[in-house]
Amino acid sequence: MRAAGIVLVVVVSVALQTTLNRFIVRENFAVDLVMVAVVYVALTAGPVAGMMAGTIGGLIQDSLSSGIIGIGGLAKTIVGFLAGVLGTQFIVANSLPRFVVFLAATVVHATVFMGLYVVLDLRHFGAPYAQVGGQALGNAFVGVIAFQIVELLPGAVERRRAQRGRLRR
Amino acid sequence: MAVGAIRQRSGYLFLGVILGHILLISSQVNSRAGVPVLEFVTFGIFSEVQRVIASGFGGVRDVWGGYIGLRHLKTENDSLKRQLADAQIAVQQQRALADRARGLQQLLELRDRSNLKTTAAQIIGDAPTPDFRTITIDKGTLHGLKTDMAVLAPAGVVGRVIKPTARSAIVQLLIDRNAAAGVIIERSRAQGVAMGAGDGRLRLEYMSEAFDVAVGDEVVTSGIDNIYPKGFAVGKIDSIEKSGAAYRRISIKPAVDFSALEEVLIVLTPTPLREVSPGGPE
Repeated sequence: MRAAGIVLVVVVSVALQTTLNRFIVRENFAVDLVMVAVVYVALTAGPVAGMMAGTIGGLIQDSLSSGIIGIGGLAKTIVGFLAGVLGTQFIVANSLPRFVVFLAATVVHATVFMGLYVVLDLRHFGAPYAQVGGQALGNAFVGVIAFQIVELLPGAVERRRAQRGRLRR
Repeated sequence: MAVGAIRQRSGYLFLGVILGHILLISSQVNSRAGVPVLEFVTFGIFSEVQRVIASGFGGVRDVWGGYIGLRHLKTENDSLKRQLADAQIAVQQQRALADRARGLQQLLELRDRSNLKTTAAQIIGDAPTPDFRTITIDKGTLHGLKTDMAVLAPAGVVGRVIKPTARSAIVQLLIDRNAAAGVIIERSRAQGVAMGAGDGRLRLEYMSEAFDVAVGDEVVTSGIDNIYPKGFAVGKIDSIEKSGAAYRRISIKPAVDFSALEEVLIVLTPTPLREVSPGGPE
């Protein structure tokens, strides 16, 4: 995946997140589409691409939110890099391993992100276990479904074309 | 640039990027100056993207609702909604006026209240991450917006302006973990601070056990925070946990349905406290 492709995936995910946020964030359930995009890029294109996606996505999110610029970027950079390393070291071609990677990535992100805010005494999160758990599950479900769609889409289009060709004959 | 070309040095690159982030964070933590340039430019550019997306979605929705759907009914419905919103704002202002009539001091503030000047703004974007509860609106400094201006909806308090740029601004919702407002229980006149709980609700803090608080009590702004005008609805007490006589946790259900917000009002008139406190947060 080229740099332009990574930027495009991340920008589209940010645009979707800022448009759909009210529908995908509930009390103890949330989906971070930028995180899903970062992990997707990392698993399909490796640690450097994942790190780039994490840096760009995190910094855009930071600048659009009321937080410190760099904290979300740092958290997503680490997640992108680690997910990319996992993707190169282990076989993550099936839904279950991918689900686990998305879960773990969300937990790592929450730990770094919330940990930095708490250490710097900028924001307090109480006991956010339910929210992190809900977000991890949400990200994992959406991530696995996104993988399935991206992988199945070309085949479905091909089958449809072939079917049309047969009908014409 | 192909990503594969720099893969060999990924470890050093990773460390470099992490270091860059740490420097970036360090440069901001102690800064108390206004909006950083990077933030201002990035947000300014992306808010335009959000504006285009919002107007695109709005256009499609308008075509569907206005031309394919029941066009006249929608127009009438919009007009009635607007009238209802105005009426609800007026009711809240009247209630606030009634509160203020309780003392001579408050009578003086009545004049300021009746002169509340607001401007309407449309929401063009939501929070970019689930960890923050913010919205982006289509009005900015060009329309007279400043940091810490109160943002209201017909149902009650929405939040405050935290990052205004020329043509758009970020509003921190009252349910954000870092948001807080001085409040008063309408029935018992007990004062406290409503803070975002991060789960879509508010929690009432600094409430003395000497005061009576009950489930169902209406909570309104006290005006003491120098941001929100007095007497506007914040929410209703929906649960109370006690440990002995002391309140352990008081939860407030917000008056505003933040997931259904489309338009908001920004209070342009400074609250009286702001006018008398030079060097304040304004």
